[in-house]
Amino acid sequence: MAITRREFVGGLLISLAAGRVLARTRLAQASSGAGLTPNVFVHVAPDGAVTIVCHRSEMGQGVRSTLPALLADELGADPQRVRIDQADGDKKYGDQNTDGSSSIRNRYEELRRVAAAARAMLIAAAAKKWGVPADSLQARDHAVWNGKRSLGFGELADAAGKLPVPKPEEIKLRPRSEMKHVFRALPLVDGPAIVNGAAKFGADLRLEGMLVAVIARPPVVGGKVVRFDPKRALAVPGVKRVIQMPQPQGAVGFQPWGGVAVLAENTWAAMRGREALQIEWDPGANASYDSDRYRGDLSASVHKPGKPARNVGDVESALAKAARLVEAEYHVPHLAHVPMEPPAALARFGDGACEVWAPTQNPQAARTEIARVLGIPEEKTTCHVTFLGGAFGRKSKADFVSEAAFLAREARVPVRVQWTREDDVRHDYYNAVNTQLLTAGLDSEGKVIAWRQRTAFPPIATTFDASVAGPREGDLQQGVTDLPLAVPNVRAETCDAPAHARIGWLRSVYNIFHAFAAGSFIDELAHARKRDPRESLLEVIGPPRIVTLAELGIPQLRNYGAPLEKHPIDTARLRTVIERATKMANWDNRSTRALGLAAHRSFLCYVAAVISVVRDRAGKIAVDEAWVAADAGTVVNVDRARSQMEGAVLFGMSHAFYGGATMKGGVTEQSNFHDYRLIRMSQAPRRIHVEIVESEGPPCGIGEPGVPPIAPAIANAIFALTGQRIRELPLMRAGVV
Amino acid sequence: MIRLQVNGANRELDVDPEMPLLWALRDVLGLTGTKYGCGQALCGACTVHLDGEVVRSCVTPVGRAQGRSVITIEGLSPDGSHPLQKAWCDLAVPQCGFCQAGQIMTAAALLAKSPKPRDEEIDHSLAGNLCRCGTYGRIRAAIKRAAGMAEE
Repeated sequence: MAITRREFVGGLLISLAAGRVLARTRLAQASSGAGLTPNVFVHVAPDGAVTIVCHRSEMGQGVRSTLPALLADELGADPQRVRIDQADGDKKYGDQNTDGSSSIRNRYEELRRVAAAARAMLIAAAAKKWGVPADSLQARDHAVWNGKRSLGFGELADAAGKLPVPKPEEIKLRPRSEMKHVFRALPLVDGPAIVNGAAKFGADLRLEGMLVAVIARPPVVGGKVVRFDPKRALAVPGVKRVIQMPQPQGAVGFQPWGGVAVLAENTWAAMRGREALQIEWDPGANASYDSDRYRGDLSASVHKPGKPARNVGDVESALAKAARLVEAEYHVPHLAHVPMEPPAALARFGDGACEVWAPTQNPQAARTEIARVLGIPEEKTTCHVTFLGGAFGRKSKADFVSEAAFLAREARVPVRVQWTREDDVRHDYYNAVNTQLLTAGLDSEGKVIAWRQRTAFPPIATTFDASVAGPREGDLQQGVTDLPLAVPNVRAETCDAPAHARIGWLRSVYNIFHAFAAGSFIDELAHARKRDPRESLLEVIGPPRIVTLAELGIPQLRNYGAPLEKHPIDTARLRTVIERATKMANWDNRSTRALGLAAHRSFLCYVAAVISVVRDRAGKIAVDEAWVAADAGTVVNVDRARSQMEGAVLFGMSHAFYGGATMKGGVTEQSNFHDYRLIRMSQAPRRIHVEIVESEGPPCGIGEPGVPPIAPAIANAIFALTGQRIRELPLMRAGVV
Repeated sequence: MIRLQVNGANRELDVDPEMPLLWALRDVLGLTGTKYGCGQALCGACTVHLDGEVVRSCVTPVGRAQGRSVITIEGLSPDGSHPLQKAWCDLAVPQCGFCQAGQIMTAAALLAKSPKPRDEEIDHSLAGNLCRCGTYGRIRAAIKRAAGMAEE
């Protein structure tokens, strides 16, 4: 990210807490040259107010409580005098896609440098004023200090603003010992606005003269409207317009699904209007999609050799001469995001320009898509980011935002698009469906001498390019090619899996099913070898070491975009989280408790989970306690790291117990929380214990990595309790929950 | 014309009595703290109090509120000082925050009836309020804190 001296753009913004359209007063001062504005992220006003821009979307991970605090601490600001501005989508901030558990791991140092530049300028201004060398001064508590003398940031802001911005090589970061606030639990800055109802989410904003739109989308992805009759919809009181949506062309990507929109004075009228629409659909090519039948296709697919993805030694020979074979097939269905806030977006259009307010993870992609749909230059689009009522990858996709933009132009009034829960469940970008076949060869002493993993899933790339035939290297790094195995013969293959649904990212993505299969299979190997599952897992992972590409049997590893030198695959860290989680869970003295263990590295972070299951009064499986240990390197906000791990247990439990969107005739069979179930409070574990490993290593992802080990740990615990091995999610299908 | 009290103020609404209370609150009165999550009383995001009782406003026709008192999250306390709101902040309960108004409204009705609720009462009362972020453990702890009970 290039951090250059640029001025804040004036204009309007939504204050997330207040929800009003406010004049951007402080930034207007900045654009008139007052105060210190060394870059697009920090502004120090002459009254001492510090404004820090948060250019990532708040969706529950606590990024607004974390990134600005990091900058403020590096600067030496008093957190009470820092105001957070939510950034609009703008390339000047660099990438804004709040995705891939990347906010801290990719920006930790850059953002500290941004703040350090501002600090250096304030110190230089004070040094000039006092006529003393800059290196004798310190910035802390919102002032620059020379012994007991001090000058407040506000007093220095104008003078500092006239100084040159330090060159990158001149910028020095504070030693960690000087950071007074971060690397511990930080206050939740948006807590008060959330608990009094003031926080503004996607559907909470309104503009004068606005209509609410609810859209009847083709039931099958790629389907079309043949004809429709708006009469009965228009007869519903409050309904003002019925507008046909544009038909997506080519790969679906972020395009709106098409269909017919009903615009009304209020949401209820729009919903009733939609019910009254008469539409004849052409379901299109995906109408043949039957997920039960497809499951059989995937099973057949993994029983044939696939395309090699990873190869060490000679698996087939080793399997041929093994004393014993262990083989198991695993299946995980399409999973839906179902954030508590269904997609919604507000747009207005005028003078060839479009302005939207949306709970989007990726405001820049939203702008690109709006510009494409409207045929206007991207510079004529503005995207303001509201709070996101959950996202989990769903709101990286801009389809719902460009729907609003299109309708605002067509209707010539501001339009808020509201998705119903049924729309959300039926028209999701589902996580890929997956089947795997794992085969291991054991020698006469029970040592694992061969590991063969075949995986079949339709990759996300099919959503953007229908000609994509199978997973790419970047897909397989999620639990296939990056899996550390102390096994002399390893081979991974990808098998055919054509796409018939709209596939997208869901929190931890392909790691969900790869970790489920590998984490379950390693446990199966333990039992096959009559070994303690933890000892067996540690043996399969092997001794503490940095795992090389040669050992993995691959030419390269995407490694979540991080250099392997900085973020190697370090089995010592994986072993440590396993040891810490099992120690917390009292694994060695578990007696009759049914514990299941799994561990997984994803998004550069190492997580181990131990799950305890019991039978409830009805004889069904319940999770009563969970222990999670995570090594994410440097952690800026320890409390939000913990809360992400707590949440990951519940998110993983929902997938494991109930997850699964199934399709018949290309139509998703589920529609709302009665048939796309989530874990409820009464089912939540009594206790979730989380340990975050203290580390000064480079920061890793936090938001996603907690999820992958949960489902296999549950399945392993169920085996410990019942002797029943469940290889297919959701558990509900086996009748155990 | 529907006459009702909302957060202590008398209001008159010129809407179809069949309109769910949720949309009357959000779209007509501009009280957007009450959230739409499912429309079928499955998730609890729309929870408000009707004469002190918990109702899911997404399935409650506004006509049913005629002559009655509705309290929403905006009216739970004048300044966010309800013990639950404070406990929610102290324990950093919210993640995305979308479901939390409904959680708090359900918890407030529980504490009004049962000032020192047992674990089972908390679980039972809150079972209708989904949280996709998974804040259930902290919600339980915050309810106990607000009730002046040991948190574990």
